[in-house]
Amino acid sequence: MPADQPLVVISKSGSKRWISAADTAARKLGLKLGMPASKAQAIVAGLAMIDADPAADAAALERLALWALRQYSPVVAVDGMDGIVMDTEGADHLQGGEDLLISGLVNGLRGRGLTARAAVADTWGAAHAITRLTSAGTTVVPVGGVAKAVTRLPIHCLRLSPDTIQGLRVMGVETVGELSAMPRAPLTLRYGPEVGRRLDQLFGRVAEPIEPLRTPELIEVARNFQEPIGAAETIAKYVRRLVGELTARLEQKGLGVRRSDLVIHRVDNTRQSIRAGLAKPVRDPARLSKLLCDRIEKIDPGFGIERMVLVAIMAEPLEERQVASSLVAEQVVDVTPLVDILGNRGQRLYRVTPVASDVPERSMRRIGPTDDETGATWAAKWPRPSRLLANPERIDVTALLPDQPPAVFTWRGKRRRVKRADGPERIFGEWWIRPREHAAVRDYFVVEDEAGERYWVYRAGDGVDADTGSHQWFLHGVFG
Amino acid sequence: MSRVHNPRMIEELRDRIAHLEGGAARRPAVLPFGVRDIDDRLPGGGLSHGALHEIAGGGGGTVDGAAAALFAAGIAARSKGKVLWCLTRPDLFFPALAQAGLHPDRVIFCEGDKDEDVLASMEEGLSFGGLGAVVGELVRLPMVSSRRLQLAAEKSGTMALVVRRWRRQTEASDFGNPTASTTRWRVSVLPSEELPVAGVGRARWLAELMRVKAGECAEFEIGACDAKGRVCLLPSSSHRQDQAAWRGSRAS
Repeated sequence: MPADQPLVVISKSGSKRWISAADTAARKLGLKLGMPASKAQAIVAGLAMIDADPAADAAALERLALWALRQYSPVVAVDGMDGIVMDTEGADHLQGGEDLLISGLVNGLRGRGLTARAAVADTWGAAHAITRLTSAGTTVVPVGGVAKAVTRLPIHCLRLSPDTIQGLRVMGVETVGELSAMPRAPLTLRYGPEVGRRLDQLFGRVAEPIEPLRTPELIEVARNFQEPIGAAETIAKYVRRLVGELTARLEQKGLGVRRSDLVIHRVDNTRQSIRAGLAKPVRDPARLSKLLCDRIEKIDPGFGIERMVLVAIMAEPLEERQVASSLVAEQVVDVTPLVDILGNRGQRLYRVTPVASDVPERSMRRIGPTDDETGATWAAKWPRPSRLLANPERIDVTALLPDQPPAVFTWRGKRRRVKRADGPERIFGEWWIRPREHAAVRDYFVVEDEAGERYWVYRAGDGVDADTGSHQWFLHGVFG
Repeated sequence: MSRVHNPRMIEELRDRIAHLEGGAARRPAVLPFGVRDIDDRLPGGGLSHGALHEIAGGGGGTVDGAAAALFAAGIAARSKGKVLWCLTRPDLFFPALAQAGLHPDRVIFCEGDKDEDVLASMEEGLSFGGLGAVVGELVRLPMVSSRRLQLAAEKSGTMALVVRRWRRQTEASDFGNPTASTTRWRVSVLPSEELPVAGVGRARWLAELMRVKAGECAEFEIGACDAKGRVCLLPSSSHRQDQAAWRGSRAS
């Protein structure tokens, strides 16, 4: 089927048939959700229609939720017919923060051909409403900003029954702000307790725990406490015991854990979770418990913890390997434990590796800290500065054209007389990366002032042809 | 008051003190510079592993820390094993470090948001053991933090190098405050080596050993790190005039 042919999904109830989903092409032609199928066929000739299959939809959504569980957050559940809800607290740092988490999520889904909208908010209700009613692809509501973000949203975002919504509309209530300003008692009398409960959930006055999705193949160990626990040492003790049980279970199956979640149930029926990611599969109880205990301070036990659950959310096969005898070869130190500890604290870890490019800012690339060693290094024999400015800074220069180094230059308000200089080292633009650089040239010079401070300066352009650059001077680096 | 002139008794006392300090069980190994004049000034004949060494720049180097970072890279290049380099401002240009003998495969960068992150990462790296050196770029190094780093380094025998760099040149007076580091260096740039032709020769540094435990201060005019991270003595008398002028204008 061609991609530009309009496609709609038809739902049936008795003899009534209506559109329950439409693609972009169909929407452009004026087809709307809820429109009768016969009307749609009258508007668009040759409309492709398929029958809705709610069971298959639900199964696909659950598969998607499981993927999100492994990838993004320890607590993920299916939200209604068309959404996934997850508790990102304690897990967003692994993706680099909330912004990067949801933009990565939306982009990842787009890469698989799915259009998604995502929002991060303090409460499930708010995130549910904002995702469905704002046009932006991703929204992050700041902490404490829920009330401001939702007041103008229409009331059908409140997860109430259609009858209730209809009744409220009849009364003239259109937005969440209007509804929340109304006296609660008459509302409850007329529509039941549901309206007040949904409002409280939206504003975070009532807790709304997410029951996380689980599958039988996930390895999970749990411990219930008769008396709620709260002290950090006690938590650490039981984390170690749980880790011991989990690693024993993993050993039976020959697996190592790549990502594990500790979910903590408090007595006030709220949940907190800690996620620990590992660079390579691990089954060592000491390492795993150190990673989890390292972040106990992030747990707020409140009135006490009554249940702790430890799940190996992502497990991979782990073979035991023989360590070479240190008699002959020098033992290579494995740094992955250190990388795991620092990475789980939210530090950005990386190595750099050369890229074959003459343009200095493109000549290195970040790779993962535990990636295989490349053995490559930079081939340039010319001296390179130890600090490179992120953006080259304009300098005022007195220099002879076309190929003389500067005699005097002023950088950051200080005038410097050049005593010695080397250059030019000509660097050409890389037209195969950016076509605009076809003629671009930079002439780099090493200059040294009277005090011995050495700088790396360049002139945009070759000093003769104006096509090659603006002939302005920039300072790009500081030598050690 | 009785005066003891018994060398054997003093030796015995020294041994006992060394035993109490915990150094007797494991002789602190050192990393020599390979330059006799410098190594003679350092107790043990080199920079000790399992100790904290502090390096700052002079003049404009207090802000960019270019020479100090290269000096630290040279030391790290001569150590064995992986190097953890903790920083907050990622403006290092690695090709320069590679020219000082530090292979990119050996260095793991750890970028944090605050100085505290750098301190915590450094401490974790030091207590991990098995690394060749742990380098950290820091603005402030309070006494307590430096002592923690020194203790962590002592325990595992990993060398800790702190490159101090400030936001403004005037803040560099902070370098006068005491820390628990074993040695403290200030590396400032000098006019490069004289060449018979026009051009910039090998970079020269003035390395001031400002503090060393159980040793005396000294200063050396050295040639910057070569391709294996080694420095050499490279004094030059022809720049005495320039150097005097420069010393007057130096910060701190």
